[in-house]
Amino acid sequence: MGRFSVRSVLLGLVAPVGALVFAALVCALILALTGNPPLDTVDAMATAAQRPRTLVNSLNSATQYYLAAVAVAIGFKMKLFNIGVDGQYRLAAMLSAALAGAAFMDGVPPFLRVAMTIVAAMLVGAAWSGLAALLKVTRGVSEVISTIMLNAIATYLVSYLLNPARLAENVPGSNNIGTRPITEGGQVPGIDYPGSTSKIFGLVFLAVLVGVVYWFVLSRTRFGFELKATGLSESAAVASGVSVQKMVVWSMLLSGAVAGLVGMPQLLGSSHSYSLDFPPGLGFIGIAVALLGRNHPVGMAVAALLWGFLDNAANALDVSGVPREIVLIMQGVIVLSVVVAYELVRRYRVRAEQRDVGRALGRTKTLEEVSA
Amino acid sequence: MRGVRLTAGLVALGLGLAACGSDTAAPGGGPGTPAASSIKLGLAYDIGGRGDQSFNDSAARGLDKAEAEFGIDIKELEAAAGETDAQKEDRLRQLAEGGYNTIIAVGFAYAPALKKAAADYPDVKFALIDSEDAQGPNIANLVFAEQEGSFLVGVAAALKSQTGNVGFVGGVNTPLIQKFEVGYTAGVKAVKPDATVQVKYLTQPPDFTGFNDPAKGETAAKGMFDAGADVVYAAAGGSGNGVFKAAKANGRLGIGVDSDQYNLPALADVRDVIITSMVKEVDVAVYDFVTSVKNDKFTAGSHVYDLKAGGIGYATSGGKIDDIQGKIDEYKAKIVAGEIKVPAQK
Repeated sequence: MGRFSVRSVLLGLVAPVGALVFAALVCALILALTGNPPLDTVDAMATAAQRPRTLVNSLNSATQYYLAAVAVAIGFKMKLFNIGVDGQYRLAAMLSAALAGAAFMDGVPPFLRVAMTIVAAMLVGAAWSGLAALLKVTRGVSEVISTIMLNAIATYLVSYLLNPARLAENVPGSNNIGTRPITEGGQVPGIDYPGSTSKIFGLVFLAVLVGVVYWFVLSRTRFGFELKATGLSESAAVASGVSVQKMVVWSMLLSGAVAGLVGMPQLLGSSHSYSLDFPPGLGFIGIAVALLGRNHPVGMAVAALLWGFLDNAANALDVSGVPREIVLIMQGVIVLSVVVAYELVRRYRVRAEQRDVGRALGRTKTLEEVSA
Repeated sequence: MRGVRLTAGLVALGLGLAACGSDTAAPGGGPGTPAASSIKLGLAYDIGGRGDQSFNDSAARGLDKAEAEFGIDIKELEAAAGETDAQKEDRLRQLAEGGYNTIIAVGFAYAPALKKAAADYPDVKFALIDSEDAQGPNIANLVFAEQEGSFLVGVAAALKSQTGNVGFVGGVNTPLIQKFEVGYTAGVKAVKPDATVQVKYLTQPPDFTGFNDPAKGETAAKGMFDAGADVVYAAAGGSGNGVFKAAKANGRLGIGVDSDQYNLPALADVRDVIITSMVKEVDVAVYDFVTSVKNDKFTAGSHVYDLKAGGIGYATSGGKIDDIQGKIDEYKAKIVAGEIKVPAQK
C-alpha cells in the first residue's frame, strides 16, 4: 500500500507542476519569438508582485473570480454546464444596485441594507438560472444552450433597464449612465493595506465563507453526496433513489444564487453603482478558474489568486514594454495544459491500476519470489 | 486532496519564478531612463487601443504628431476588456510613478480612476477625454459637442436624400452614441420635418463589439436600404466599413464618423459612397493639450470642442457635397451664433 500511495502523490503533483512548467516554457518561447526577453518579463512580474497595490488588486480580482468559479463548480460537480454565470451576475448586480441605491433605502440600517442587497442579488441570480433549470427538466433543453441564450437576454434586459426613464440616471458631465449611487450606509467598507491606496474588499470574507460552505455541503452532507453521485453516474443515482430532476433544479438554483454574489464585492466595495463600466465577463473567467482549480474549494482559490495576479500584473508588463496580451496567452496556455495534463495523468493512472490488478490476479508471486 | 497537491505545485513554481526574478537586477530601459525633454507623456487607451480605426486611433494620431514635433518620451498603455476601475487607476498610477508628468486618459471610463489618482500626483498634468466627471486643479477635461457635427451631416443627409428616408447605425447603445443620433435626427428634421429616420444600434453594452463588427453594420444598413433609406450615417467605429459596403452594393450613400473616412486607406474600396464624415478631432485635442503643457500654458477644467471652437466639423473630401456646402454652412453659422441649439439628449 505504501508504494502505491507514494506513486499516487507523485502523480497528483505531476499534472499541475508539469502543466505550469509547460505553460511557462510556451510563454517564454512566444516572448522570445516576439523579441521580448523572457527574463525581463519574469522580472517585471516579480516587481509587480512586490507592489502593495498590485497585491490588493489581485486579491480583489481573485475574490470575484473565486465566487464565479464556485458558481460554475456547483454545476460542474453534477456535469451541468452553467455557462450563464455571466448573465446571472450582471443582471443580479444591476437589479440589486438599483435596489440598494434607491432613495427609500437611505434610511434602512446599514447591516440590514447590505444584507438585503446581497439576498436580492442571490434571488435574481437564482431566478435567472432557474429559468434554464426549468427548461431542462420540463422540456429537455440543454442548459448549455439555454444559459448562453439567457446571457444575451440578460444583456438586453440590463440595457433596457439602464435608462434614465427606468432604473438609471445619467452621470453628470460624463457619457456614462448608471444606477443611483449607493450612499455610504449601503456600502461595505474596505480593509486598509499598508502602502496601497486601494483597499481590500470587505466582502473577501464572503468569498471565504462561500468556499467553506461549498466544501461542507459537498463533502459532509447527503445533498452533496447525491449531487456528486448524480454527476458521476445518473443511472446509479436513480437506482439509489435520487431524483435527478430535483437535483438539476437545486444545483442550478444554488449555482445561480452564488453567481448573484459575483458582482457584490465590486458593487458594494468600489463602484457603488451599476454603470456602463461595471466589469463584464467574470462568469467566463469563473469557468476557467473552476477548470484550473479542479472544482476543489482550495484549488479554485489558488487558481483565482493566480488569475487575479496575472490580470493585475498586465499593467506592469505594459509599462516595461512587454505587450499585455502575453497575460491572455499565459492564461489560455495554463488552462489548456492543466486540462491536458490531468487527462494524461488520469489515463496513465488507470493503466497503472489495471496493471496492478492484472498482476495481483494473474499470479500471486513474481518469478523472482518463486525462485527465492 | 487534488487541490492541496495543486497548491503545492503552484507554490513551488512561484518560488522558482521569484528566484529567477531576483537574479536579474534592474529592468532594462523602460520608464527609469531619463527623458531628453522635460515632458514625459503617458497615454492610457480605452478598450481597443491603437489600431481600432476609430476613437483610440484618433488620439494616437495626436500623440504621433506631438512626438514628431517635440521629440518627447512617450509611453502608451492599453485597457483590457472587462477590467475594473482599480485596474484603470493602477494604470494611471504606474505611469505617474514611472515619471510620466503628462498623462492622457482616453475615454469616459477613466473618470472614477482619474479622480482618485490625480489627487495624489498634484505635479502631474492629466487630460481626460470625453468626460467632465473628474475635476481637479491638474485635470483638463477634453469634451466634444458630437451632436453639433452630427446635426450638420444630418442636414447633408436630408439634402442628398431623394426618398426622404435616411438611416442611423450606432455602434453600441450608449449615451455617447445617442448624442450622435439625437444631433443627426435634429439636422435631418431641420431640413425635412417629415423625413423618416431609421435608427439601429448594433449591440447593447457591455457588449462593445458593435464598434468593430463590419458584418453587423452591413446587415443593419442593408435592412435600412431595403426599407427605403438612401443615406445612412454610420456612427459605429470599425463597423462603418460594413455600412459603406452595403451602400455600395445597393447604390446608396453613406456618412462616416470621427475622422475624414473618405481618406482612410482601409476604406479605399468603398470611399465612392462616403459623401461626408462627422469629424471629431480627438487628435487636435490631444495635440493642443500636449502643446499647452509644453508651453507652460496648462489650464484645468473643461475644454469644449464644438463647431465654434473647432475640433468638431464635417468633411468635404471627395467633392460629393460641394453642391450643398453653402446650405450646410448656413446651418453651421446659425449653430455657432447660438440661433440653433442642438439637443444632446432625447
